[in-house]
Amino acid sequence: MTNHLLFQDIDEPGLSTIEVYKRRGGYLMAEQALAMARDSIISSLKDSGLRGRGGAGFPTGLKASFIPQGKMDKFLVCNADESEPGTFKDRELMQKNPHSLIEGMIIAAYAVGANKAFIFIRGEYVQQAEILEKAIEEAKAAGYLGPDVMGRGVELDMWVHRGAGAYICGEETGLLDALEGRRGNPRLKPPFPANQGLYQGPTLINNVETLTAITYILKVGAEAYAAMGVEKSSGTKLISVSGNVKRPGNYEIEMGMTGRDIIYGLAGGIEDDREVLLWFPGGSSSPVLTKDDLDLPYDYDSLAGAKTMLGSGAIIVAHDGNSVVDIAVKTASFYKHESCGKCTPCREGTSWTTKMLKRIQSGEATPMDLDVISSVCEQIMGNCLCVLGDAMAMPVASMVTKFRPHFEAHIEQARAANEARLLAELDAPGNVLQGIAAD
Amino acid sequence: MTIRRDPLDPNERELVREGAPSPAGPRRAYMPELPDGADLTQEVVRFDGGSRVPGQHGATDLTKDPAGVPDPAQVEVPAALRAEIEDFMSRYPDSRSAAIPALAAAQRVHGWCSPQAVEQVACVMRLTPAYLTAVVGFYDMLEGTEVGRQTVYVCTNISCSLRGADDLLASLKGEIGDHPDVNIRGFECLGACDIAPMCSVNGTYVGPIDADEVPELARQIISAQDPLPGKQLVRRRVADVAANSDDVARASLDSGTLDPVSLDGGRSA
Repeated sequence: MTNHLLFQDIDEPGLSTIEVYKRRGGYLMAEQALAMARDSIISSLKDSGLRGRGGAGFPTGLKASFIPQGKMDKFLVCNADESEPGTFKDRELMQKNPHSLIEGMIIAAYAVGANKAFIFIRGEYVQQAEILEKAIEEAKAAGYLGPDVMGRGVELDMWVHRGAGAYICGEETGLLDALEGRRGNPRLKPPFPANQGLYQGPTLINNVETLTAITYILKVGAEAYAAMGVEKSSGTKLISVSGNVKRPGNYEIEMGMTGRDIIYGLAGGIEDDREVLLWFPGGSSSPVLTKDDLDLPYDYDSLAGAKTMLGSGAIIVAHDGNSVVDIAVKTASFYKHESCGKCTPCREGTSWTTKMLKRIQSGEATPMDLDVISSVCEQIMGNCLCVLGDAMAMPVASMVTKFRPHFEAHIEQARAANEARLLAELDAPGNVLQGIAAD
Repeated sequence: MTIRRDPLDPNERELVREGAPSPAGPRRAYMPELPDGADLTQEVVRFDGGSRVPGQHGATDLTKDPAGVPDPAQVEVPAALRAEIEDFMSRYPDSRSAAIPALAAAQRVHGWCSPQAVEQVACVMRLTPAYLTAVVGFYDMLEGTEVGRQTVYVCTNISCSLRGADDLLASLKGEIGDHPDVNIRGFECLGACDIAPMCSVNGTYVGPIDADEVPELARQIISAQDPLPGKQLVRRRVADVAANSDDVARASLDSGTLDPVSLDGGRSA
């Protein structure tokens, strides 16, 4: 009960309106923050140990401190694209408590001196975008946004920008291109967005959950927030559990809880009481784990130690009734579809990996294809402008490595089935090939 | 076996097998028995512009100059659409940023990003139609071909497919058939894996959809009714039961929000 911050009483009726939000003490932190020095906000973010909740886990305070000082056009962008398969935590936050995001953005914008803020929300979230637009209108009317925020001489303009369905726009530089009205192709880094981002100006980009957490860090204090969770992974994390579990949904946990407690405790266990085949700990881009890894603590460093990642906090569980080949094909085809095509290793690598996996699925492959897949995946990783290619290569390579006997068994089984089918066709009366095959 | 080198280019070489018998006669190919009078001179189907790829109708005419920014005097833009696009443009330091929202608005008016819709956006935004067409081609939700106005996206990504999304897509497609008003397609993760298998009907998220609800849903989609009101995402409480205090859980129940698993008022622990 006590470890809930972002989700505390989130289903309170009318929370998306400013009246209820203010009755619960809303916008007090923004008022307090605007009376503080900008540096002290950034240093309390650093002290809190908050790390980016979108996937990369970069320390938020450090990122904010990279934004150059001085008077110029600076931008704050909230990444609400949330397109990582399996992730749906930001949707719940934006839909039910939009003002906490806006308040976090006011604080972040003040801390780095940004005067223009955009919430880039994925186009599929129609209802959530409407709720946010309404909340921004309310905040503008109440004087929390506008040319003179709360009478303190700070300017902050905020808009919702709707995307139109592209996974790559969740990548920060791809998002900036989409926000500038172009095709969402990632950019070469450096320069990082903190120096040259939106319209070539200094830009701070953070995930919805990160920005919302800023409000709560000021509320409970950086020390109390840092005391939650474990060392180097402090605070609470929203996790989205999905797949073959009994209670799929969003949960707020203190980091350091084990995978078993999450899957069997919070999410109620596996459907039909089956066994876990594999689970993705951080969205479909993370290398998969098996049922032997269920006792790993769920935090950034423990998962990195197991050669996977916490990512966006999306746990996808598959039970042993599924075929790992089908899961691999689904994963790879998604990234093939979403590859923007700018970098060759990703464009060709995702396409050929998908072709090879489909060949395995249909029984036209040999075990050598598995080695080729591993080598293709190796050649994608680290060789592109963004990590979309890596996002396919990591889970697929981990599946091929960890479940190689499954793949080999499937290849042989499907090949034998194909052979039996063809021989039966040949034996069928009236087949013109019969004479030729006898030669 | 010897290696024969090209005297002019020593890197060019080929293997020569000495004393190998020459192939005996022409190779015999298997020929299927054709029915009498079969037309063997049948030509390859060609589409407009000589293209062999279906969908590439009206291939690029290379002799024509590319279209420039449309002349405002020549293009008629609906006043409401113009106002909407201009409102979008005013929000950004660089008006080009409004490209995606503007195209989405034009799509709402025209049903898809038709050449006419693109020309209207290009006229208001002072961009070339080619630039906007490239943007349309990049994004999944902007339609480059004519489609029905009822948009149904069925999520077929990993979490949903673990819970039967592929069957849902097939049965929903079968139930709706080739209805001209409905644009139904499998889509990438829609960010609603908690209600898998699910679909988005004109932006309204519905799920989890049982097999026996598919005919009802199909009927509601075709007649443009509210899809499965009892199963919409907005009615669901957060899955984390410990997040809400008892008072809030009770109050949210009164306002129509239900427990996510059983979709009833009971609190499953």
